[in-house]
Amino acid sequence: MSFLKIDNLSVNYEMRRETVHAAKNINIDVNRGEILGLVGESGSGKSTVGNAIINLLDEPGKISNGSIILDGINILANPENIIKYRGKKIGLIFQDPQTSLNPILTIGEQLIETIQTHLSLNFNEAKEKAVNLLKEVGIKEAESRFNNYPHQFSGGMRQRVVISLALCCEPELLIADEPTTALDVSTQSQILDLIKRLTKEKNLAVILITHDMGVIAETTNRVAVMKNGDLVEIGPTKEILTNPKEVYTKSLISSVPPTNKKISRFKIIEKENKTQGETNIKILNRWTKKEIINQDLVQVKNLNKTFDDSFFTETSKNSVMAVNDVSFNIKEGESFGLVGESGSGKSTIAKIIVNLYRPSSGDIFFDNVCVTKIKSNKEMMKFRKQIQMIFQDPYSSLNGRLKVKDIISEPIKLHNPSISSKDLNDYIYDLLESVELTQQSAERYPHEFSGGQRQRISIARALATQPRLLVCDEPTSALDVSIQAQILNLLKDLQEQLNLTILFISHDLPVVRQMCDRMAVLKNGKLCEVSMTEELFKNPGHEYTKELLKLMPKIESIYN
Amino acid sequence: MDNQGLTLLNRIKDSDIYFSFIKSPTAIASTIILLIIFFCSFFVEVVAPFNPFDPSSLSLMDAFTPPSWSEDGVAKFVLGTDGQGRDMLSTILYGSRISLIVGFSAILFSLILGVTLGLTAGYFGGKYEMIVMRLTDVQLTVPSILMALLVDGIARGIISKELHNEMAIYVLIFAIGISEWPQFARVSRAATLVEKNKDYVSASIIIGVSNPVIMFKHILPNILRPVLVIGTIGLALAIITESTLSFLGVGVSPTTPSLGTLIRIGNDFLFSGEWWITFFPAIFLVILAFSINLLGDWMRDTLNPKLN
Repeated sequence: MSFLKIDNLSVNYEMRRETVHAAKNINIDVNRGEILGLVGESGSGKSTVGNAIINLLDEPGKISNGSIILDGINILANPENIIKYRGKKIGLIFQDPQTSLNPILTIGEQLIETIQTHLSLNFNEAKEKAVNLLKEVGIKEAESRFNNYPHQFSGGMRQRVVISLALCCEPELLIADEPTTALDVSTQSQILDLIKRLTKEKNLAVILITHDMGVIAETTNRVAVMKNGDLVEIGPTKEILTNPKEVYTKSLISSVPPTNKKISRFKIIEKENKTQGETNIKILNRWTKKEIINQDLVQVKNLNKTFDDSFFTETSKNSVMAVNDVSFNIKEGESFGLVGESGSGKSTIAKIIVNLYRPSSGDIFFDNVCVTKIKSNKEMMKFRKQIQMIFQDPYSSLNGRLKVKDIISEPIKLHNPSISSKDLNDYIYDLLESVELTQQSAERYPHEFSGGQRQRISIARALATQPRLLVCDEPTSALDVSIQAQILNLLKDLQEQLNLTILFISHDLPVVRQMCDRMAVLKNGKLCEVSMTEELFKNPGHEYTKELLKLMPKIESIYN
Repeated sequence: MDNQGLTLLNRIKDSDIYFSFIKSPTAIASTIILLIIFFCSFFVEVVAPFNPFDPSSLSLMDAFTPPSWSEDGVAKFVLGTDGQGRDMLSTILYGSRISLIVGFSAILFSLILGVTLGLTAGYFGGKYEMIVMRLTDVQLTVPSILMALLVDGIARGIISKELHNEMAIYVLIFAIGISEWPQFARVSRAATLVEKNKDYVSASIIIGVSNPVIMFKHILPNILRPVLVIGTIGLALAIITESTLSFLGVGVSPTTPSLGTLIRIGNDFLFSGEWWITFFPAIFLVILAFSINLLGDWMRDTLNPKLN
């Protein structure tokens, strides 16, 4: 008899237009001492299952069918059961450590409060237990940090505190909902190691909900794959990842960028739209193609950027060096990767290159023109036409009040005011088809599209000015892996056929390996190294690069 | 064209706002009341039983007739008559037209002024923003009635008396408008600060779109929701301010009927027993302002993204 048995669980959301079946007849069981991975793309129902176990479903979600048997007791049978179990028998770790701790209470107060709610201990006993817990999850000098507030901890440390909170009443089941998604690679691996260690030491049953196949491969014993509320398959992680039975699992695994080799294209098994193979880039006929000469298109020279946190004075002690003396070149026609963790200054550099920010010092040369010194509006327009950008968040990068055709026509009309309306329409259709969207999309509004489709619209808009340099700031990190694979394929096709130069910014090393010819690694605003991508992956020079490469979750680790 | 109109109608019918509207009895009730009031005031010549400003239809014999259901009431004067024999119902409808015109114009004036200042302040930032926002703070410390009185006083000083009667309504609109713009400025600045950091604005800058186009084509439609909510609630306030000023005798000229002047005239007769002359315009004002506020409340709840 397994420790947790989810039997035939169904969860419905009664919405205005329809009933959404977020989970359909799910059967999952978890044993003590094992980590079960629950993997799926957004909307697959993986979090719904987690929330259903602890009865934290958002309104109007309801469990319509099934039972959840914990240690032989059906916890759905009696509503009081769940209150008794939540926190005590079942511990919870949420995604965002920023919001799962109360900012106005010290972590000590939060721990003691939780302990005393569930266990009958006096203050001193509770405090002793809390300090021990903090030590156990790897917080140094636990006694003195006991009275600190959450904001005094870094993201990774805060997640450790959250884990200690989840553990403080000695739960037997731990549910971790994307526990490392908000964290950097190096912190991620520490937290995952901690969860693995605690599972063994305390003989816990753990459900790890994630979208990251690398995390699944490195952490879990068994894995359940979900799609649109259905359980696709469940089994030992190694078996599922190496020998998937279902088509969906196969496509999911083939979309994950491999960390150990470079492939030319991602294999797409299930596609959003029907077209197969290479993109038909209609826009090619209109494109005035630049011959690739082996020269530097962009030169970044001794770039510095400081953000002043000052109101009354020009300089202040609080100023942050976001970019610190960074120099690199991007050759015409190549795709250049810029890699770093959050706060490394990679987005700031991108924004300086596209001239959204002015650098504090240093220069950017584009095609041998110093763009940081451009004064006249006309010069600036000529420059704007040649550099375009694709943003991370497909939801905020399109103006929701405009139709797609108005979004795309704006740059065309701006740089070619004399274009006839028939020409303009043809141009818009060509652009849409080049990014694999239908002509009908032109008449629709952004909210009618999915994240991946919005990103395509974003790309179409960027291509409308026929740029030479395309700056992609984490273009796929908000997307599911199968969509990511499609967008990356599209970007590759566009680059090859249009001779685009791409500056690709990402925190995701495997993606950069697939996309970039050369790459630079940033840490805290400083450049660690610049090198050919393959060379850098095989033979990293800098200590920091070595560490990053060692710590990134690898789906291939399952084969060892 | 027809087809486009149809799809727009379908979009409205399909929207969440429409859905929440038909689910809210308060919103429906207040909208119906407001539609009736708007219709009656703007087609007053057709709707009103009498024209109280046509001297030939007036007879002093009818003066001080109480409402029709009281002992001495006459059926043709449903809500009674005033001291000059004018039908109260007709006078109220004519009066509400002036009140509504003043209210709408004043709120439109302050909306345009406030949104323009707030939008540009939020977008450009820096010293300009600081000056505009400190100006708003100063303006907010002065009560709107006081501000309106001040404007009215100055206007009387510089405009000759004959001209002033003609100009009174414009002075009033300006006076109310100038005292209400800070709210719009604050709300639209705050919303602009959120919007301008979104990527679609960055994308427009990178494309090379000019600042005015970014502000008015891209940002403005995205900040209109909170502005509309403030505008609706502000409309009720503007109508009340108009009535207050007219009641105090500094609003529209005494010969023009607005709800405020009617209440003031009736006030003189209140203690001699002719209560209906002040009571009905006052009740009408309360219903009007109350309905607008209820509608504004519903809009605030529905359009607030935090509550969805």
